[in-house]
Amino acid sequence: MTTDVELANRGASLIRPPGLRGVAADWSSDQRAFKSASWGKAMMWIFLLSDTFIFSCFLLSYMTVRMSTTVPWPNPSAVFALTIGGTKIPLILIAIMTFILISSSGTMAMAVNFGYRRDRLKTALLMLVTAAFGATFVGMQAFEWTKLIREGVRPWGNPWGADQFGSSFFMITGFHGTHVTIGVIFLIIMARKVWRGDFDRARRGFFTSRKGRYENVEIMGLYWHFVDLVWVFIFALFYLW
Amino acid sequence: MVPTSAGRWKARGRAPIEAPGPSAHAEGQQHPIKLYLLVWGWLFVLSTCSYLVDYFGLHGYVRWFLILLFMIVKAGLIVGVFMHMAWERLALVYAILVPPVAVLVFVAIMAFESSYTYFTRIIFFGPGS
Repeated sequence: MTTDVELANRGASLIRPPGLRGVAADWSSDQRAFKSASWGKAMMWIFLLSDTFIFSCFLLSYMTVRMSTTVPWPNPSAVFALTIGGTKIPLILIAIMTFILISSSGTMAMAVNFGYRRDRLKTALLMLVTAAFGATFVGMQAFEWTKLIREGVRPWGNPWGADQFGSSFFMITGFHGTHVTIGVIFLIIMARKVWRGDFDRARRGFFTSRKGRYENVEIMGLYWHFVDLVWVFIFALFYLW
Repeated sequence: MVPTSAGRWKARGRAPIEAPGPSAHAEGQQHPIKLYLLVWGWLFVLSTCSYLVDYFGLHGYVRWFLILLFMIVKAGLIVGVFMHMAWERLALVYAILVPPVAVLVFVAIMAFESSYTYFTRIIFFGPGS
């Protein structure tokens, strides 16, 4: 006894309407490669993969300009130092930002967990805490940008060394900060949905008109953890190198 | 003879949008909170370690090795546990984690290219220009 699916996998004679309708029927036929991941989760992963390539290209171009310049690269440890209480502490702001982002990842993971337990209140609260951490991170980044711009860092030059430092810095951290900002906005939207019980009552979303599930919290979490993941690489390769 | 898997497949595929029922979150990832707290703690420890590399001013190969080591372990923890990659099916894991390997090839190409650029700059402009 062969099933429809087995036939389709062998490309055997499934009766399809001719022309484009047949193409659409084939492409939308019920087959899934990722058996354990819903389409939403699979698509988020594929989006994150493409985003990985974008950030890889930024970090690669940074590597290329840093390796090929004959002018010494500014020392990030000194550039990002802050004077607190009279002592100059290297890279302290970046370290704090790192801890904030890691903490936000922790609260996000807990939110996903409570979401699957259908604990609406805790899920929404933890998502809001995550959003607050994210907003703090962006705020500190704005502070850092302001400080550096006041000190004369521009995309085309800076007082301490290779001109490419500024363009790499603004491009990489700017793009990452944009991701965090978008994440914060999405977190707030999702927290509101959770709070209101959209996922319990299968209320249709305002944008896609589809009924949401608590898996949406996990998919949101994937994005947020990715933002944290990118920061791990930026922290290591840009700030510490 | 009668409705085997095909019937069930169809029935599931045709259901327009799954209402949240007991089966709706069967694909979800449920793990003990303790695990997340543990990973969270480790991420803190590893971040502190990589910060200390800078604080104590380690240089040269030791610095690069430690930075990359902490970076990779942190990335692994985030992807594996927080993003649940450790519990996904291999089909998804390979589809997502194998393509970034191409980036490493790109890194090698660009490292080669930029050392050549550096070399020509030294030759033609002299150091410091």
